[in-house]
Amino acid sequence: MAQELKLSKKDRISVWWRSTFLQGSWNYERMQNGGWAYSMIPAIKRLYTSKEDRAAALKRHLEFFNTHPYVASPIIGVTLALEEERANGAPVDDIAIQGVKVGMMGPLAGIGDPVFWFTVKPIIGALAASLAMTGNILGPILYFVAWNIIRMAFMWYTQEFGYKAGSKITDDLSGGLLQDITKGASILGMFILGALVNRWVSIKFTPVVSSVKLDKGAYIDWDHLPSGAQGIKTALEQQAAGLSLDAHKVTTLQNNLDSLIPGLAALALTLLCMWLLKKKVSPIIMILGLFVIGIVLHLAHIM
Amino acid sequence: MDLNIIQIILVVIVAFLAGMEGILDEFHFHQPVIACTLIGLVTGDLVPCLILGGTLQMIALGWANIGAAVAPDAALASVASAIILVLGGQGSAGVSSAIAIAVPLAVAGLLLTIICRTIATAFVHFMDAAAKEGNFKKIEFWHICAICMQGVRIAIPAALILAIGAGPVRSLLASMPVWLTDGLAIGGGMVVAVGYAMVINMMATKEVWPFFAIGFVLATVTQITLIGLGAIGVALALIYLALSKQGGSGKGGSTNTGDPLGDIIDNY
Repeated sequence: MAQELKLSKKDRISVWWRSTFLQGSWNYERMQNGGWAYSMIPAIKRLYTSKEDRAAALKRHLEFFNTHPYVASPIIGVTLALEEERANGAPVDDIAIQGVKVGMMGPLAGIGDPVFWFTVKPIIGALAASLAMTGNILGPILYFVAWNIIRMAFMWYTQEFGYKAGSKITDDLSGGLLQDITKGASILGMFILGALVNRWVSIKFTPVVSSVKLDKGAYIDWDHLPSGAQGIKTALEQQAAGLSLDAHKVTTLQNNLDSLIPGLAALALTLLCMWLLKKKVSPIIMILGLFVIGIVLHLAHIM
Repeated sequence: MDLNIIQIILVVIVAFLAGMEGILDEFHFHQPVIACTLIGLVTGDLVPCLILGGTLQMIALGWANIGAAVAPDAALASVASAIILVLGGQGSAGVSSAIAIAVPLAVAGLLLTIICRTIATAFVHFMDAAAKEGNFKKIEFWHICAICMQGVRIAIPAALILAIGAGPVRSLLASMPVWLTDGLAIGGGMVVAVGYAMVINMMATKEVWPFFAIGFVLATVTQITLIGLGAIGVALALIYLALSKQGGSGKGGSTNTGDPLGDIIDNY
């Protein structure tokens, strides 16, 4: 080897951009393999010149691969480092490269799914959705910008990290940092989920439990208010002073439940759904079922 | 509302982007809060679509492609229901019936993406052949074809709904009785729980359940916004991690035996 082959930063940026399309040809046979090969092409072009070497490299990177699309980046980084060594004559064989890929994709997917799909996405998503539901355009903008900044930065820096650490990164996987991130993410995730269940699962029971006639003076006596604006003012003052709007105090089932803690029914429903999911009931059936239940209970005047 | 030709083209482009993202999962054009808003933007019916997007996003929070499993398809659900909402011309009042339409659409989209992922298997075999020749261009071509196929998966249904036109969509929506739309709105309030349950099932361990309880109770204080809750959550996580390290034996306690994470890893 006269001169050492090296991947330039431009090559690595090109690989990073292409890895955005990792899942494009996702298929049931070898899953992300097409996208993986597509991502590696700039590196293969740089490192290998003969037709045979290029064909062999492409074949090697069309093997089975599947992980969380973002945590594929550190694996790409490591693979780039290995390919570079190989092109420079180091004894890195096909099995070593495939071994690193397969060895890393499982554990990393176990980090990517809880961190991205179950922590970052629900939190940003819920924040954006709650803004959007009030008609605030900031909701989608916030989601799009925040999500893509986090994603692109994560993919670039972990790819670089993988490239620089080379095959050593595999040792790091069992180390403390990644475990801390995973655990921290699940703590934050569960905390936010608790809040979301309370805030956004809406169940209201309408049946009236009791209707009590209030004492005179405990409600606003609409017949004896001054007329005109003065009357409105007096009524508002009386309401602020804690007087009831009606002569009857109506207590619904929902009021009773709320005095325990608001959101109790939502919690019960969520726990029920979790149990049903564990019993392998399809989420789609549950969603459709809840719509049916909503209609039936509404017709029965319970909700 | 009737759309002009430019609006129709833009809607189809948005649908194509959403379909692409339905498989890529990168830029998130297929997430309801983005997809519905874009449809609203190009059709000039922004606010109702924005509200629809937000509401659907809440339902879809827990939908994720895990391993080889395919989630209900947010792309078709959001694009098609937003188009129907716009064509129906009911404005914000039509949101709850649009959501009810979105759920069966998510299932239809799921079936379509399974078909596409099966067809992609053939594309990968074409790539194998190209690899033997060392032909980069052909591999890139088939990969891009596969991405476009996923885009077309949403663009065609969107175009079909546009072709049916405003009239039939509107009369369909108008024929829905009040008890049905009200009932659907109530159901819509509850289906959010399914998404959360999916997420909780993935994350829950004995260790993190107390944090769920704290979050649930703090949420009853309505003055705290979601950003505020997020800050409390981050603080709690940091405190917990710091304390568990100080505890000496805390390190040993953090091995992942018996928690769902282990199952995820095994499933891959």
